[in-house]
Amino acid sequence: MTRPVRTLLAWCPDWPVIAAQIEVGVPAREPVAVLHGNRVVACSPAARAEGVRRGLRRREAQSRCPQLVAVGHDPGRDARAFEPVVAAIEQVVAGVEVVRPGCCAMAVRGAARYFGGEQPAAERIVEQVAQECGVEAQAGIADGVFAAGLAARAGRVVPPGQTPGFLAGVEVGVLDRPELTDRLRRLGIRTLGEFAALPAGDVLTRFGFDAALAHRLAGSTDDRPLTVRRPPAELTATEEFDEPIDRVDVAAFAARSLARRLHDTLAGHGLACTRLGIEAVTTHGQELHRTWRHDGLLTVSAITDRVRWQLEGWLTRSLAGGDPARPAGGGIRWLRLVPDGVLAQAGQQPGLWGEVGEGRSRAHRALARVQGLLGPASVLTAVLRGGRSPADQVRLVPWGEERAPAVTAGGPGIPAAPEPWPGQLPAPAPATVLTEPAPATVQDARGQPVTVSARLAVSAAPAWLRIADDLPARIAGWTGPWPVHERWWAPGEARRRARFQVRLADGRALLLVRSEGRWCVEAWYD
Amino acid sequence: MAVLELVEPTGHAIQRASDLAGAAAALGRVDRLVPVDPELHPLLPEGGLRRGSTVAVAPGASSLVLALLAGASAAGAWSAVVGMPGLGILAASQAGVALERLALVPEPGPEWATVVAALLDGVDLVVAVPPGPVPARVASRLAARARQRGSVLLPVGRWEGAALTLTAGPGVWEGLGAGHGRLRCRELTITAQGRGAAGRPRRLRVRLPDPTGRLAAVLPPAPALAAPVPGRGRPALAVIDGESVTEEVRAA
Repeated sequence: MTRPVRTLLAWCPDWPVIAAQIEVGVPAREPVAVLHGNRVVACSPAARAEGVRRGLRRREAQSRCPQLVAVGHDPGRDARAFEPVVAAIEQVVAGVEVVRPGCCAMAVRGAARYFGGEQPAAERIVEQVAQECGVEAQAGIADGVFAAGLAARAGRVVPPGQTPGFLAGVEVGVLDRPELTDRLRRLGIRTLGEFAALPAGDVLTRFGFDAALAHRLAGSTDDRPLTVRRPPAELTATEEFDEPIDRVDVAAFAARSLARRLHDTLAGHGLACTRLGIEAVTTHGQELHRTWRHDGLLTVSAITDRVRWQLEGWLTRSLAGGDPARPAGGGIRWLRLVPDGVLAQAGQQPGLWGEVGEGRSRAHRALARVQGLLGPASVLTAVLRGGRSPADQVRLVPWGEERAPAVTAGGPGIPAAPEPWPGQLPAPAPATVLTEPAPATVQDARGQPVTVSARLAVSAAPAWLRIADDLPARIAGWTGPWPVHERWWAPGEARRRARFQVRLADGRALLLVRSEGRWCVEAWYD
Repeated sequence: MAVLELVEPTGHAIQRASDLAGAAAALGRVDRLVPVDPELHPLLPEGGLRRGSTVAVAPGASSLVLALLAGASAAGAWSAVVGMPGLGILAASQAGVALERLALVPEPGPEWATVVAALLDGVDLVVAVPPGPVPARVASRLAARARQRGSVLLPVGRWEGAALTLTAGPGVWEGLGAGHGRLRCRELTITAQGRGAAGRPRRLRVRLPDPTGRLAAVLPPAPALAAPVPGRGRPALAVIDGESVTEEVRAA
């Protein structure tokens, strides 16, 4: 078995609080707590001094410290704020693994030789983080990431080979496995040393696989290599123009060369991007930014088209002087294409015999031309989503953008289980859904208007239907009312409707809706 | 000599050039057609939509348009619908249209003909609803574009020079009574009339949509169930053959 790698771990205490200070501007010197699900996730030293602890309820934390500032937990914010810290460390040490936001590990061997010892290397890294980012960090060195994490908390450098001894005295709670540590304590095992002394096979059979992993950590036999972060490649394409661009055809020409450069860079890395950010700076120093979404097949011409559409929009607006706050005639001096949502291009290969890819690119070319004729939002593609009425269940997105359905409960990209939508129409769905419901009148056999009461009682069987000013048509079959009461909790958006399926004597069938005392035709089953 | 003896008796090891030509022609024939749902084969002279042809669909038959798109879409074809803002997308999905290969241009505006021509360049099936009467010159220009590019133009409404015109007769809906039930399926007669070989009208009776929203064959007449006796409530149970029982259950 290989020995664990000698690891240096840099740890920023209370990182969620620091991240909130960096991004939101919460004063970290004051008592601050970051809460998730009504429980304290992290708190500032000032709050800790008042008795606030991790895992406390919000109410209890506030009772212990009334001036407590509560901030919501946001893992994305933590990760974003940590990025500059990692970049700063990467300036002095190569091969950094981000363990979690606020905590990163690196192999110490190279740094120790470069800075002349482990202690100076640790000091250099702490200093670098403090200078570059203004963030306080602690460093610890030990064998393996887990032991290095404990060493960082203590601010210690554990000499080589003494890690098992260092771990032996530590309480089992640091394993961060509450169920296991609870059981160990009840068995009288209180320190990692005692836990590590148990036979590995017995730990596996008695406590399971996860406990066996914990056992290896406790015994300092964690020989997992560091998964080193690769610095992201520079993919942005930038162009500065000596002569500011104020004509559309010149802009299109510039867009083409820039698009080709971006495409070559992406292809060289074997990547594709799903979002394209276009940034421009005008001669008046105004910064313009717009992001285009795409489903991942941005060819040179697709990039060119989008840049050209965008530049046309900006130039025609600035030439027309539509914005009174801005002096007219601001040409574009500086243009930048930023690929975003970058992913490996593996999924974008043409089909084995070429047909699939060929048909696709032919269709994309034709549709892009129509977009060029009528504007990008004129060609649409449909994505299904949850909803009650036939129109609600469809979302139309401009062609070429990501076909992402509405965000599902499982998070983006994870197909949610089909939620029950009580009141959804049964299949088959109507083949024509009117964009504007057509007003109609419904009468019973005696010519009296049919009404639906608040308790969904139909006044009489509908017998005649008259749509707008057409001749009345006889109703041969009907069913309903099917009530739909949507968003009743939001006063402005509440909709209460009753639906009827109706079959006319001439064979046509339609969907009638009664809402706010009026009848409308919503869809035809034609 | 020994080699010849080995190969000749089997007759499969060597393929003559003439055999290959036949196979290539068969392949070409398949490639020349945009496939449609097998249920619609009796309606179309060649058993599919010939590439480069113009097939008009009478207005008011959106389900028929969707059924045509669904068959082609299942085979991987791309389709576009121009000028139908009210097309039921949910119905399209239920009919079997792959939505990721369906493009919609709901508002083509005055550039209608240009848009349709541009789409014919790259999309296999283009459904187009003209904003008004189409001049013969524009119609022939679009038909020529489709012929040249090997796409199929499906204009909705009257169209000069269409190879085939599909009309859907009045349908009979099932499942809806007076104040109860729901629309389940519709039996519909589709008529195809064209020029030349398709001059004689062909009629086909199908279920469109069936209870799941797809195109299906008409069910064989149900075996005589015991007729409900008025005033006696439920009909007596009768033994009927197994397959139609499941059909009945599914339809219910």
